[in-house]
Amino acid sequence: MILQVENVSKRFGGLQALQDVSFELPEGQILGLIGPNGAGKTTMFNVINGVYPPESGRVIFRGEEITGLPPYEVARRGLARAHQIVRPLNELTVRQNVMVGACYGRKGLSYAAAARVADQVLERVGLAERADQLAGSLNVAQKKRLELARALASHPYLLLLDEVLAGLNPTEVAAMLDLLRRIRDEGVTILMIEHVMQAVMNISDYVIVLDYGKKIAEGTPQEVANDPRVIEAYLGDPKLARCLLEGEESDACPPSEKGV
Amino acid sequence: MKPWRQPGFWIPLLLILVGGGVALVVRKDTLREMTFTLLMYVALASSLNILMGYTGYVNFGHIVFFGLGGYTGFYFISRHGWHLVPAALVGGLTSALLAALLGLAVLRLRGAYFALATIGINEAARAFVNNFRPFGGPTGLFVNFAIYREYGGAPQALWLTYTLLLITTLVAVAVSYTVKNSRFGLGLLAIREDEDAAMVMGVRTPRAKTIAYVISAFFPGIIGTLFFFKNGNVEPGDAFRLHMSIEVLVMIMLGGNGTILGPVLGAAAYERLRGYLLTSPLFKSLHLAFAGLALLLIVLFIPAGLVGWLRRRFPVLRRWLE
Repeated sequence: MILQVENVSKRFGGLQALQDVSFELPEGQILGLIGPNGAGKTTMFNVINGVYPPESGRVIFRGEEITGLPPYEVARRGLARAHQIVRPLNELTVRQNVMVGACYGRKGLSYAAAARVADQVLERVGLAERADQLAGSLNVAQKKRLELARALASHPYLLLLDEVLAGLNPTEVAAMLDLLRRIRDEGVTILMIEHVMQAVMNISDYVIVLDYGKKIAEGTPQEVANDPRVIEAYLGDPKLARCLLEGEESDACPPSEKGV
Repeated sequence: MKPWRQPGFWIPLLLILVGGGVALVVRKDTLREMTFTLLMYVALASSLNILMGYTGYVNFGHIVFFGLGGYTGFYFISRHGWHLVPAALVGGLTSALLAALLGLAVLRLRGAYFALATIGINEAARAFVNNFRPFGGPTGLFVNFAIYREYGGAPQALWLTYTLLLITTLVAVAVSYTVKNSRFGLGLLAIREDEDAAMVMGVRTPRAKTIAYVISAFFPGIIGTLFFFKNGNVEPGDAFRLHMSIEVLVMIMLGGNGTILGPVLGAAAYERLRGYLLTSPLFKSLHLAFAGLALLLIVLFIPAGLVGWLRRRFPVLRRWLE
C-alpha cells in the first residue's frame, strides 16, 4: 500500500467536511475520488498533503505516518499535487515553474539538473515550445498541463490530481488520459478527483465515492456505478449510471448530459 | 549557468566598478563624498531587493539593520578600539543574527501585516538604542580623533572606508545575482509568486524566507558601520530614519523590483535626482513628497520598473539586463 488513510475527520466550524474516512491505495494504480460538489474531495487532498491537519485519523505514506507534516515535507517524500484552480507562478517562465518542482521534489535536484529535467517533462506534456514564455501568458488548457508538468518533475511516487480534465475539450481530455495512463505504467500511483465522469470511470482501476464528508461506496468503476447508494446520493438517476459507463452515445443518457 | 560568462552578471558590476573607481583615481574629496552616498544606496537597495524583489516581502524596516549593525560596529571601534574591518564584519553579523531571530516571528506574517510589523521593529529599535547605556543613549557615540592614527591619518581612514564600501557594494550585487540564479533563489521566486503553491511544491518556506532575510540584513550592518565611521559619530536619530527605508524602496521600484541591475540604476537615478532637488531652492524641503509621488506613479504606470519594463518590451535584452 502506497497510501493509507485511516479514520480521517476534518471539521470547519459547523461543517463536518470529512467524517471517519478510510481507504487504501495500492501502488501502481489509478484511484478515482468522486462525489458531488462539497463532498469533501479537495479537503481530503488537503489533509493528505498537509495543507490542513486532520482533527483525528492518520495518513500513512509508504509506511511512514505523515499526518500533520507541513506540505513541503510531504512533497519532499514524493507526493506531488496538481491543483484544481491552477496556480502557475505567473511572473516566472514555464521552464522555471517546472524547475521548482524538480529542485524541491523528491530528488531535490541541483539548478542545472532541474533545468534538464524541466525540458524533458515539458516535451512530454507538449509545452516545450512555451518553455521561455511567462507562465501567466498560457491559456487554461496549457496551465493545466503546466500544473501536471510541475508535479511530474518532482519525480513523485504518488500524484494527487485535482480535476485536471475540467475545462478541456474532448480531444484534450483524450490526450490527457493517454498521458496519465503512461505515467501510471511507469510506476507512478495516481489519486484523482474528477468530475468528467465518463473519463474517471474509464481510466480508474478503483473508485471511491464521498458524499457529505463520508465514504459511501468503493469498488471497481462497474461496481460503483451500479451501487444503489451512489445512484441515489450522487447520480440521482439509475439511467445516468448507465450513461456514464456506456458513454454519452448511450440511449440511457438524458439530453442535457450529451456533449458534456 | 556560470555567472562569469553571463553579461547580466558583468554589466552591473562593471557599472559600479567604473562609477566607484573614478573617485579612487581622481582622489577628490567632494567626488568621494558624493559617490559614497551613491554606493551606499546601491548596496542598500540591492540587499533589500533579495527580500522584497525575490521573495515578495515588502520591508519598511530595512534601515534597522543599517542602524543597529552600524551602532554595533561603531561601538567596537569607539569603545574598544577595534579596526574598521573586523568591526564592520561584526556589524554585519549582528544584523544578520537579529534578522534570524526576528525572521522566525515576523515572517509568519504576510503582505501588509508584515510591512506594518517592519515599521514597528524600526521604532522599537530606535527606542531601545535611545535607552541603551553602552550605545550612549540619546547622545550616541563618537570616535576620538586619535583613532585615525592607526590608519595613517584621517584622510587615509576616509579613503579606506570608501574602498571598503566599494568592495561591499560589489559583493552585495554579486550575491544578489548568485542568489537569483540558484536553486535557493528559485525557491524565493516561487514564494513571491504564490507562497502556498511553493509549499505544496516542496519549498521549505519558513527556512527559505529567514535565510533571505538574513542575507538581506547582513550588508546594511556593514554599510552602517562604514557610514558612521566616516561621519565620526552616530546617534539614534541618524541610525533609524524610516524615510531612508522608504527611499530605498522607491529606488528598487524605480529601477525594477526583483531584477539585479534595477536597484543599481534606480539607486543611482534617485540619488542624483535627490541631490538636484535638495540644492534647488524650490524643492529643497519637498524631496520626500517627490519620493512619494514617484512611488505612486511607478506603481500605477510601470510597476515592473525601468529594467523590468525594458525586459518585457524588448525580449532580446533579457540576456543583457538581468
